[in-house]
Amino acid sequence: MSSVYALLFIVATIVLVIGLARKIVQYAKTPAPLKIPTTPAPVTQTGVVFRLFREVVLFESLFKSTKWTWIFSWLFHMGLFLVLLRHVRYFIDPVWLPIQLIQPFGKYAAFAMVAGLAGLLVRRIFVDRVRYISAPSDYLWLLILLMIGMSGAMMTFVIHTDVVAVKQFFTGFWTFSGGELPMDPILLIHLTLVAVLMILLPFSKLLHIPGVFFSPTRNQVDNPRERRHLVEWARKFEES
Amino acid sequence: MAGAEFETPELSEHIEVPELVEGTMEHITCFVAKPNHQEDLGFPGEKVENWKEVAIDKMGDLLSRYRSFQVFMDACVKCGSCTDKCHYFLGTQDPKNMPVGRQDLLRKVYRRYFTFAGKYFPKLVGAVDLSEEIIDDWYSYFHQCSQCRRCSVFCPYGIDTAEISMAAREILDSIGVGQKYCNEIIGKVHKIGNNLGLPGPAIADTLEGLEEDVWDEDEVAVKYPLDVKGADILLVTPSADFFAEPHVDGLIGYGKVFHEAGVSWTLSTTASEAGNFGMFIGSYENMRRVSLRIREAALELGVKRIVFGECGHAWRIAYSFLNTLAGPFDFLDPDYPVPQHICEFTLNEIEKGTLEFDKSENDDMSITFHDSCNVARASRMGDTPGGQFEIPRKVIKAVVNNYHDMEWDTIHERTFCCGGGGGLLTDDLMEVRVKGAKPRMSAFKNVMEEKGVTHLAAICAICKSQFTKVLPYYGMDMFQIVSVHQLVSNAIVLNRKTPPEEAPGYGEDDDE
Repeated sequence: MSSVYALLFIVATIVLVIGLARKIVQYAKTPAPLKIPTTPAPVTQTGVVFRLFREVVLFESLFKSTKWTWIFSWLFHMGLFLVLLRHVRYFIDPVWLPIQLIQPFGKYAAFAMVAGLAGLLVRRIFVDRVRYISAPSDYLWLLILLMIGMSGAMMTFVIHTDVVAVKQFFTGFWTFSGGELPMDPILLIHLTLVAVLMILLPFSKLLHIPGVFFSPTRNQVDNPRERRHLVEWARKFEES
Repeated sequence: MAGAEFETPELSEHIEVPELVEGTMEHITCFVAKPNHQEDLGFPGEKVENWKEVAIDKMGDLLSRYRSFQVFMDACVKCGSCTDKCHYFLGTQDPKNMPVGRQDLLRKVYRRYFTFAGKYFPKLVGAVDLSEEIIDDWYSYFHQCSQCRRCSVFCPYGIDTAEISMAAREILDSIGVGQKYCNEIIGKVHKIGNNLGLPGPAIADTLEGLEEDVWDEDEVAVKYPLDVKGADILLVTPSADFFAEPHVDGLIGYGKVFHEAGVSWTLSTTASEAGNFGMFIGSYENMRRVSLRIREAALELGVKRIVFGECGHAWRIAYSFLNTLAGPFDFLDPDYPVPQHICEFTLNEIEKGTLEFDKSENDDMSITFHDSCNVARASRMGDTPGGQFEIPRKVIKAVVNNYHDMEWDTIHERTFCCGGGGGLLTDDLMEVRVKGAKPRMSAFKNVMEEKGVTHLAAICAICKSQFTKVLPYYGMDMFQIVSVHQLVSNAIVLNRKTPPEEAPGYGEDDDE
């Protein structure tokens, strides 16, 4: 059974890395022929870095838009971020100091994550506008993430699993010395869903993760009068 | 269809997010372009037989050429942030007029043909096959988007429905189903030089008339020159400025400002149009062709600077795209930005102290300013972000005594579209225009009641035409919309007197 999971995570990692890399290459290679930043926009590259930072870390545009969605999604994303940082400890030995320091926050961040997801799910079901635009996959993502969060929190706070064995299993990946995974149902559910998420991410709306960095309305400098912007496919018109 | 009966929405005190009512605007179809309108622009004259393949191929082509389109198709998480931001949704309750609802009309086809999930699990991700019904939906609802970008302000990924509706219209054009209003107009620009099809002599005649009008009123020979070689400034302005109210009062104002500033300027017959509907249909090629007329006119007339008159989408193209489409402008005076907005020019003169105003000339009015969407969210004026909000307001405040802004969440980058932008300013879309104007009309009505505002000033030809038409639907007066440079024109004191022999008609026989 442990080797099935080992295989699953090898496949999931390969799919995630290659799938995401392919999309990132696609986004990077696709030209943006016109200057279309949503204005007022920064007039320097540094300004753009700040704008993207505010967008990615603070969800600035969403904050402007609707406070409920902002609160739920910020709780979820920041909770997930801390939880992920905390999980680094299962892959490295010795554990880096910052990861050690984050441990207590990372544990309780699971509640923020689950609360945020629950709020988003309620909103998706009860706000008629959001319900209208939801496909089955939109609900499924929330459910998968909720179950990952809840199963994880269960193991932290209720029914502990043998984390030392789990850590041996995952650190064994690097050295091909793989240990045995504890056969706890909650752990197996947790890990299966994580693998599913990793495999589906590059084919789903979770592409908003790389997408936000490539969005021309957010990442372009507002300087079209000062600097001429011309992409390759548009250059051919100049020659004719 | 055109002329159908519909009810004008009730105005509300605040922006009220309505409940969804599916299909309220399904019946909207604007006139389809005739074969000659299509062919003038390089599109098939009629719906092609293999429209399905052509449409999918075109979508693939656009995905590979526009990063915006590719990223926006993938990145949406259906968070709902944009759902209550579109003025057409607020005015019609139709869920397909929510920005994401509109985008999904295209996205569900994108997913079906271009994504793994949509190819193998269409139901799961809401992907569908392209069909006649979807083409009809595209034609209807992508002509209910004014490309105003309000949704993009509030999207956590900056997804801009304008980009998506441009792509959709380009796909429709490529299968031979174009919109008559836009495509006919672009053809006129290609052939005659302006959207209205005004020939050179008609423009010359109008300008002569303006000179006489100003002379009659002020006894000062303000010139409205056309095709003058060697002038310093080429003014490019929307063709509505040549005849329609209140546009023409703005043009009179530009002339007075140039006169008092003591600069030489000219209009051009071949570039007698600032507007560029090539953007509305998403066609880079057509937009470029229309833009090149301005470069050619500037070269031919040997001007040193280019200034744009009051026009919203024209200013987006001028500010954001002109350098790309028709640059480089290294033959112009490098001391000035290329191009300049007339408000930038006027404010600069005000700050230099060359202009004198008698603000009391505007005391019969109390003004508020409508930020036009393309100026507010797709361009800039001046050196700092947000100059596009400050500069026109500074110009207005320099020439009027009574000024009040509308509610904070309806101005600046949150401004509501007039309801007629993006190629919708046609009578066959009157229902969409009237309903889409509801949020802006509400904010205007509120500032009228609360602050005693009487007039709405704008710097966009489409806004001005649209308000002239829709104000009466909401029980207001069509003359409540004014040009910013009309206010300038009212208040400016003409100190540069001219010798009588420069007066219009001097030395001609009086008995004709």
